[in-house]
Amino acid sequence: MAAEALAFRNLSKSFGGQRALDGVDFHLWRGEVHGLLGQNGSGKSTLIKVLAGYHAPDPGSALSVRGESVPLPLPPGRFRALGISFVHQHLALTPTLSVVENLLVGRLAASHALALSWSAEAARARAVFARYGLDLDPLAPVAKLGAVERALLAIVRAVEEMRAAAPEGGGVLVLDEPTPFLPRRDVERLFALIRSVVAEGASVVFVSHDVDEVLEITDRATVLRDGRVAGSIETRGASKADLVRLIIGRDLEPLTHGPPIHGALAAAGAIRAEAVSGDFIDGLSLEIGRGEVVGITGLLGSGYERVPYLLYGGQPARRGRLVIGTDALDLATLTPARAIRAGIVLIPGDRATAAAIGTLPITDNVTMPVLDTVFRAWALSRGGMARLAGELGRRFEVVPNRPALPLSALSGGNAQKVVLAKWLQTRPRLILLDEPTQGVDVGARQNVFGAIRAAAADGAGVLCASSDYEQLAMLCDRVLILSRGRVAAELAGGTLSKERIAQACYHASDANTEIAA
Amino acid sequence: MSAATAATAGKAARPRRAIDIAERYGLIAALTALVVVFGALEPTTFLTWANLSSTLGSQAVLVVVTLGLIIPLTANDFDVSIAYVLTLSSMLIAVLNVDLGVPMPLAILAAMAMGWGVGMINGWLITGMRIHSLIVTLGIGTFLHGLTLWISGSMTISGLDPVLIDYVIVRRLFGIPLEFYYAIALCIGLWYVFEHTAMGRRVLFVGRGREVARLSGIDTDRIRRRALLASSLMGAFGGVLYAGTQGAADPSSGAANLLPAFAAAFLGSTSIVPGRFNPFGALIAVYFLVTGITGLVFLGVSSFVQDMFYGGALILAVSLSQLVRGREEQQL
Repeated sequence: MAAEALAFRNLSKSFGGQRALDGVDFHLWRGEVHGLLGQNGSGKSTLIKVLAGYHAPDPGSALSVRGESVPLPLPPGRFRALGISFVHQHLALTPTLSVVENLLVGRLAASHALALSWSAEAARARAVFARYGLDLDPLAPVAKLGAVERALLAIVRAVEEMRAAAPEGGGVLVLDEPTPFLPRRDVERLFALIRSVVAEGASVVFVSHDVDEVLEITDRATVLRDGRVAGSIETRGASKADLVRLIIGRDLEPLTHGPPIHGALAAAGAIRAEAVSGDFIDGLSLEIGRGEVVGITGLLGSGYERVPYLLYGGQPARRGRLVIGTDALDLATLTPARAIRAGIVLIPGDRATAAAIGTLPITDNVTMPVLDTVFRAWALSRGGMARLAGELGRRFEVVPNRPALPLSALSGGNAQKVVLAKWLQTRPRLILLDEPTQGVDVGARQNVFGAIRAAAADGAGVLCASSDYEQLAMLCDRVLILSRGRVAAELAGGTLSKERIAQACYHASDANTEIAA
Repeated sequence: MSAATAATAGKAARPRRAIDIAERYGLIAALTALVVVFGALEPTTFLTWANLSSTLGSQAVLVVVTLGLIIPLTANDFDVSIAYVLTLSSMLIAVLNVDLGVPMPLAILAAMAMGWGVGMINGWLITGMRIHSLIVTLGIGTFLHGLTLWISGSMTISGLDPVLIDYVIVRRLFGIPLEFYYAIALCIGLWYVFEHTAMGRRVLFVGRGREVARLSGIDTDRIRRRALLASSLMGAFGGVLYAGTQGAADPSSGAANLLPAFAAAFLGSTSIVPGRFNPFGALIAVYFLVTGITGLVFLGVSSFVQDMFYGGALILAVSLSQLVRGREEQQL
């Protein structure tokens, strides 16, 4: 067997009582590409964060790098000296600076050089790019690069930093979801770069949701499930079904990609979105019946989380139409104000910056959308506003129900109840949700589900975007699975379970590859 | 768990209420203390009705500028040009009325129209071109200053139609010049708009959570443009009062109002409604700062103390308001 580049033994990490990682063994050989897979919450990102020195693992965990034991926890940034480099999904490039400036940022942070020669640095950068067969202009601003060039630049930078710390070879490059926003053909360029990095003797950890890509680029793969190693396999001989089975944890009969289950929904009152295109969404159509809760999900990069914002005018759509009752809204020109007038509300996932104002009292947050309708806009009754806030607080079980408190004084779950009350009091026709229970404790989760269900029973259509499959299975009548901006599969009724949704997500990218081919 | 929360809340309620009251009315107490101290030290000059009434009257200009300033500040925009709008407004009135013989009402109308125009340009540059308000209003303000020097030939122009002076400073109600009541009326009006209209709430929403406001269907750009328009109009009105108070227009007067107005706006945000820019807090802050300076001058301190006092007060006020805000986020 080849020499070991990096190994975790008996790695555990608890958050409160929750075990995010539970006795994980992870071995990375020199010169291999190793896939790291698992659903959200499986412990993948916790493992990466332990390596980055962001989390301190529980006692008893052990790490060795190139055969030598390394004491845990790692201080933040220690990974650099160990010859480990990370490329995260967001790449950490500064778009307004040039390619060479971005390339040098790590070195400049630590250096006290007083006489930098940019022409010499540019020539060095060109030589580095040439070694990997890349054609990047070192003096071009990063903003001018395409998405794949940026990813390639970020990887080259990480490789250079890794080689500087481990000149004898044996460095470790961790690619954390580098591909979800790249088109297929660009992924090939990225893989070519990964292969030449490995050919130099380095090892690569490839973290991804995309089973096809893992099968294509990796030699071996470790699958995490609920904080434990579900399996560690050679990917050369493995099939997609093998990996999906490990990820989900049980064997499900293959999904049939039947036609979407419309039919009954075409009934009067259904809400239709037609041919919606925008960032990461490409010609999406869907229907939501009155009183129906429809989930929308997919893997990272599928674009599902954009849909609520596009249907609300919260993010600009390139084109598309939303038919609701007798109104037909043009999504390219829709504004939140028009959407609200048409009976559409959006409950954003990012509570702190998009859904509510923490520094203002509950009263002001909750009465925001009804200042003109419930109250007289030119003679607001402060007492009446406080009374309404108290009444809504009782109805939505906000604890403590004291409307004069600033919203930030409430727990996440109670703040979310206020946000729900803010919008549901308007009795909307279409409710768009983005991760409605993010940062919400288990008890409040039931209140949130109850409020959404009650609104649906009242005749509203609900569209809920979430990556929490369990939540979708509990809350939804039907779940749409997106891949590369379109509905790739649809699950309904008896087939709705956490595992089913996960399976459909992992297979959806497959279905789409076929369409693309 | 809720019972426990209620119990701790009950226990904490009394001291917190005391702190709350101290915070709300602390500035009024400090103002009173200042008057008492200076009054005791200089009873024959400081504590006279003549000094009091003329202070209340002449500082009305600064009150108007400060009130104007807190409108965009509430929407989280700065309007540095307001003081230069004031100077240009007073100079425009002087040039039109004295040099060109335009009747006073028309001259005032022209000054207000200028304020309207500047406000529109500020709003358009800030929301349309997406430039930071500080940069836009600094540039526009400096431009207006140059314009003021140009139309006045860098000279003070006096000899304004006495009718303006009459309605601003000569006529008195209960012994205090009329301009004081104009400022008070604006203060009450602004308080009503902020507290009791949907529009006023929206300005606050835009200032505190622009993205939340946008996703709540509020046209954030329009609100910001209107706030900047309002501040420019207030600046122009301040210019009218200034011309009336002095009976003349002085091309370098505006800059002297800018820093005091910022200091008063931030100091005012620590009282009455702590943590928010609010009209009555601003009003009290103006008179607090002015009393401090007048008192020191009466004690014989040179007038350079004015800059030190206002500069120091601004820094202190901003630090205080930061403390108030920071704490408010955690409890209250």
